[in-house]
Amino acid sequence: MSGTSPDHPKQNLSAEEVAKLSTEEAMIAGAETDDVFIVHRRERFPIAGTKAEKRAERIVAGVFLLGFLAAVGFIVVFCGAVPYQWKLPGQGSQDFRYFTPLLGALLGLALGAIGIGTVLWAKWLLPEEEVVQDRHDGPVDSAQQMLTAATLVQGFHDTGIARRSMLKTTLGLAGGALAVVPLVALVGAMIKKPNRGQGQSLFHTLWASGVAVVDSEGKRIGPDDILPGGLMTVFPGVPGGVAAGDSPTLLIRLRPGQSIKARKGQASFQWEDFVAYSKICTHAGCPASLYEQQTGRLLCPCHQSQFQVLEDAKPVFGPATRSLPKLPLGVEVVDGTQYFVAKGDFPEAVGPAFWERP
Amino acid sequence: MTVTENNNGPTVASPRRYDKPRTPQGKAGKWADERLGLSGSLRSQLNKVFPDHWSFMMGEIALYSFVILILTGTFLTFFFDASMAEVRYNGSYIPLDGVEMSRAYASTLHISFDVRGGLVMRQIHHWAALLFMASMTVHMFRVFFTGAFRKPRELNWLIGLGLITLGLVEGFAGYSLPDDLLSGTGLRIAEAIMQSIPVIGSWVAFLVFGSKFPGTEIIGRLYIVHVLLVPGILAGLIGAHLALIVKQKHTDFPGPGKNETTVSGERMYPTYGLKAGGFFFMVFGICAALGGLAQINPVWLFGPYNPAQVSSGSQPDWYIGFLDGSTRLFPSWEIRLWSHTIPPLFWPTVVLPGILFTLAGAYPFLEAKLTKDRAHHNLLQRPRDVPVRTGLGAMAIAFYAVLLLSGGNDLIAKAFDISLNAMTWGGRIALMVAPPLAYAVAYRICLGLQRHDREVLEHGIETGIIKLLPNGEFIEVHQPLGPVDDHGHGQLQYAGSAVPKKMNRLGNPHTGKVRGFLWPVRESAEIEAELRALQAQEADRRERELTD
Repeated sequence: MSGTSPDHPKQNLSAEEVAKLSTEEAMIAGAETDDVFIVHRRERFPIAGTKAEKRAERIVAGVFLLGFLAAVGFIVVFCGAVPYQWKLPGQGSQDFRYFTPLLGALLGLALGAIGIGTVLWAKWLLPEEEVVQDRHDGPVDSAQQMLTAATLVQGFHDTGIARRSMLKTTLGLAGGALAVVPLVALVGAMIKKPNRGQGQSLFHTLWASGVAVVDSEGKRIGPDDILPGGLMTVFPGVPGGVAAGDSPTLLIRLRPGQSIKARKGQASFQWEDFVAYSKICTHAGCPASLYEQQTGRLLCPCHQSQFQVLEDAKPVFGPATRSLPKLPLGVEVVDGTQYFVAKGDFPEAVGPAFWERP
Repeated sequence: MTVTENNNGPTVASPRRYDKPRTPQGKAGKWADERLGLSGSLRSQLNKVFPDHWSFMMGEIALYSFVILILTGTFLTFFFDASMAEVRYNGSYIPLDGVEMSRAYASTLHISFDVRGGLVMRQIHHWAALLFMASMTVHMFRVFFTGAFRKPRELNWLIGLGLITLGLVEGFAGYSLPDDLLSGTGLRIAEAIMQSIPVIGSWVAFLVFGSKFPGTEIIGRLYIVHVLLVPGILAGLIGAHLALIVKQKHTDFPGPGKNETTVSGERMYPTYGLKAGGFFFMVFGICAALGGLAQINPVWLFGPYNPAQVSSGSQPDWYIGFLDGSTRLFPSWEIRLWSHTIPPLFWPTVVLPGILFTLAGAYPFLEAKLTKDRAHHNLLQRPRDVPVRTGLGAMAIAFYAVLLLSGGNDLIAKAFDISLNAMTWGGRIALMVAPPLAYAVAYRICLGLQRHDREVLEHGIETGIIKLLPNGEFIEVHQPLGPVDDHGHGQLQYAGSAVPKKMNRLGNPHTGKVRGFLWPVRESAEIEAELRALQAQEADRRERELTD
């Protein structure tokens, strides 16, 4: 056991004195110069070359060797030993499925081996030490504090800001205005007046009177396309209608015997046993797409708002507060086939509510 | 190399002489020091002492996963195309052949299927992101429960909170980049949350998205936020966080030889540095193995984003889950005034996290104010010794846990065949009931543990030996920890550190702890004997020095 107690600091040594010390003594002296005291220091294997020491060294070396092999394995796999491109089953070797797992496992092994080897090295082979360092964070040195405060105060005084109120005011004006510049530059460049421009209104969708009802492929939909109890996601048959964020609409065919208690003034929105509601949940805008045809309930999978279609898509559970807007639905006959058309836009804003919405 | 007689025993060779550098490294060091004059400050950094406790490694994991994120993220930027322009996919993943999608989604597929090693990098990146958030959270728990945030470390608490907040933003931005069905749904909800802000909501949403949802801007904007803006701020804050640790030095648990004015442990060079460096590789290795072996975010199964579609059981990354949960639990309370609306979405997604993070930021100052504790603290507290704080922490964790579980309440309902509505109501009730319950239970456990510590200090350790007295009475033999008074009661005061409770935890006064993780380290008899001889020799030498 060596090291010195904090009571005997080896500080302020001259170069000649240091040169006389052994490396270990000089290291300890250096530490003590920094108020770091090695109170306990001992070789893990005080007798060099014991069986235990050799075993420890061999294990660490073995771990490093494993890391070497894994890294080589990674390189070999990466460079083409295993194919990496996706192939349809039956149309090529499925060995690519091993590519990513092998890379991960080998890289994990290569990194982990270096990590484990290094830590074992430190824990098993480095000298065991217990070291104490002064924190030097005792009570604040008030003289220091006052000297610094005086420097700050005097410097401030020298600038004369307190006396020269004209400079203070004008610099304040210039600086204050300049501080607004980046805000204006960024926010001003990005800002967009809501609801202005073609297709940008939160109150309107692409649906309008006479717009054809189409499916996601753009094909027109008629009453024969949906069986009783069925539903289909439909879109306005205009350019961009399928991709628009606000226009997806659920076209539902009621089961025989089911009927809907319509909202005031919206009784004519239904066409026979077909109703169409906005698919965009009035809570957070997810598509409310899980329909239970037995009970007529529609569930939004994001936050579990539930709408009762038979009560005109009224919210019956969960965080949504507004009914799904209803699309006025009509039918036109083209070449002897009936097709659905909208008789107008939704009478209210679709999707999540916002401040300007009544 | 010479063999010298020194205190470490005669057989250990001493290192090379240091005073006249002859090796290239030595000469380079001398060259640099003559120009930079850094040897003094370098040495004090090399000799810097780090205390040793497993719980101090959580923050390290966070730091290392940040480094892993930078490395893997840089790889991904070489192949990712943050554009919302529509393309028709024709890569090697046949099931999506010919499907219309954004370039962002197509390039994510490209990384996953056509870039050699791209998928493993993507998955390592995602796993490291989850680990980054998880380790920061657990690190925060550690700092909270041990009182490490107290004066003088309040600033670092605030920086840490800033790191967690920015980590949330960074994670969400990165998760949104592939523009797949799952992340697009997340963006849709994010837009609804922005819209829900009173007065300025639609303005905020149009500013961020550049148009009505989804527009064509958001992925490009999130990209620069994700790869430059937030990582830059994160790196700066991490630098400040670490600089403060270096300046203020690490806290430590009380124990033998521990006090407020010193820090004890291992020096940075070589021991702590080697261990920490090794630990970095271990963390990286685990992320790499997860990235290869555990599939995460298989965007090709979700398909490209389409506002008309959603998959059931949609889950965000775990660190967003608590907000998803709060949104699911919040009742349908909408405020409509003078033809304006404050949607219910506003409260659980804007107001609630605002309150939670403000409370967390204010906590160190509130605690100092309420306990009137203005002292400088370097020694940590055991959670049991501060039952109120521990109870408050348990309360916060219970609140968070209910929200997090509710974020997946549809999956729980499905797995356990419970009604979804029952899960929602259960969550609402649990959110009110679980936190106070957690407080009470944690508080009682703390008191129980405190009492047991006192009991052992007074009566000693239970030995498990039952003794039959001549009068027929059975007593259990206790091993006192120190000197006892006439009644056999211990005289030791509780010192804020762990009290040994098992016989094999006794002893080893030098380091105050038993070495070894799973099993105590035992020296071989040969070495023990040799050590005793060396110690005797040393004592002998000291004695001679004193008598001289």
